[in-house]
Amino acid sequence: MRPFTYERAADPQAAVKAAAETPGARFIAGGTNLLDLMKLEIERPQHLIDVTRLPLAEIEDTAEGGLRIGAMATNTAVAADRRVRARYPVLTQAIVSGASGQLRNKATTGGNLLQRTRCPYFYDTTKPCNKRQPGSGCSALEGISREMAILGASTACIATHPSDMAVALAALDAAVETLTPGGKARRFPLLQLHRLPGETPHLETHLTPGELITAVVLPPPPEGGQLYRKVRDRASYATALVSIAVAGGKLALGGVAPKPWRAAEAEAALAAGASPREALGAELASATSAGDNAFKISLAGRLGAAAIEEARAQGRGQ
Amino acid sequence: MRTTITVNGEARALDLDPRTTLLDALREQLRLTGTKKGCDHGQCGACTVLVNGARINSCLSLAVMHDGDEVTTIEGVGTPDRLHPLQKAFLTEDAFQCGYCTPGQICSALGMLAEVAADIPSHATPDVAAKAALTDEEIRERMSGNICRCSAYPQIVAAIRGAAEEMA
Repeated sequence: MRPFTYERAADPQAAVKAAAETPGARFIAGGTNLLDLMKLEIERPQHLIDVTRLPLAEIEDTAEGGLRIGAMATNTAVAADRRVRARYPVLTQAIVSGASGQLRNKATTGGNLLQRTRCPYFYDTTKPCNKRQPGSGCSALEGISREMAILGASTACIATHPSDMAVALAALDAAVETLTPGGKARRFPLLQLHRLPGETPHLETHLTPGELITAVVLPPPPEGGQLYRKVRDRASYATALVSIAVAGGKLALGGVAPKPWRAAEAEAALAAGASPREALGAELASATSAGDNAFKISLAGRLGAAAIEEARAQGRGQ
Repeated sequence: MRTTITVNGEARALDLDPRTTLLDALREQLRLTGTKKGCDHGQCGACTVLVNGARINSCLSLAVMHDGDEVTTIEGVGTPDRLHPLQKAFLTEDAFQCGYCTPGQICSALGMLAEVAADIPSHATPDVAAKAALTDEEIRERMSGNICRCSAYPQIVAAIRGAAEEMA
């Protein structure tokens, strides 16, 4: 691990001020992804700002009937929250389908959104990777592509976003609250947080450098059933090959794209009376394969349709 | 950096390079070598300890971030003369072969049983809104962050089930 200096932020304003003023500064919360990448020298921050003791771990009801989840709330705390389990079960299901018990106890809501891809070529520093080293090339395009994206990828990068939690949040129409480097609060839809890779896969979000996520806000729960379904290579503790979050009529796919993928085409088709299978077909019409990952296209169609049917049956039972 | 961590009930003052993981601080500075380094990337669970009662991978955490925290390692769980029920159960059930993963398995199991008692659901919980029962399926799912290369999994599940009954 490269040397770095360390400070513990006293309050959110001090955190963003330090980030703005210190070259090479990064925030650290749970650290489960960042420290892993620092050991491999894929991440090389010169300064770490510890935000874990900021008063941002609360989960509170909003006046609109939703929930505000503090960015420092751990995955375990969110998954176990009684209100989340009763009103947003898809979020609990998504969180507990990811990582391990130990990691969920550490990983935070804000950090989960900003975790980086598990693409094996991103992790292998002996191989070209446009995300790790811009302009060096993409090894996955002609390499082992079984885990790679089928939607939203580019000729520069076909890596996927690994979060399960974010897929549920995308289906739930969550918003993200931040503090800008200038100390101003702002709020925007979660779907506007992540970028598609295009020619610049090293740029993964629309956050300004030094901008701090402070909370995720859920609107009131949607009408209808909610469900998270995930297919992976092991029964537990593995990232998704394909996953889907259903929240009433809203759908999001995981494991298939560089960002949590809101399936707007499928939603529109469903609203127009298409069958679940036809709706997923509409979403996946633009899907592309690099070879080994072609199975994800048919898997997403089948898993998605089955999950929609199951959520509908649940919704009718309510 | 000056950091004070309470380890197994005793306040320990450390002067640390910020790069030091909690795992390395325990093993190399405090010479508590019961906690094991396996993969050093959060994948195997051999380094599992309890921090303020919650299980974490000590390899993926900076020691300086734990100033003021209470850490329990396997040395604080029991001693050869006074074994914890989980330690006894691992012996009774023969829940290991080489033993390298065992301290992590036991610390993880301790944290896991507390999570079930605290009504924290898992992927194996049929209805996440309801409290989970400690079935074998729940034990297996909740222990998936701990790998046993000797594959003593059936015995590990039996040991945890047995100890949980004794601890109840």
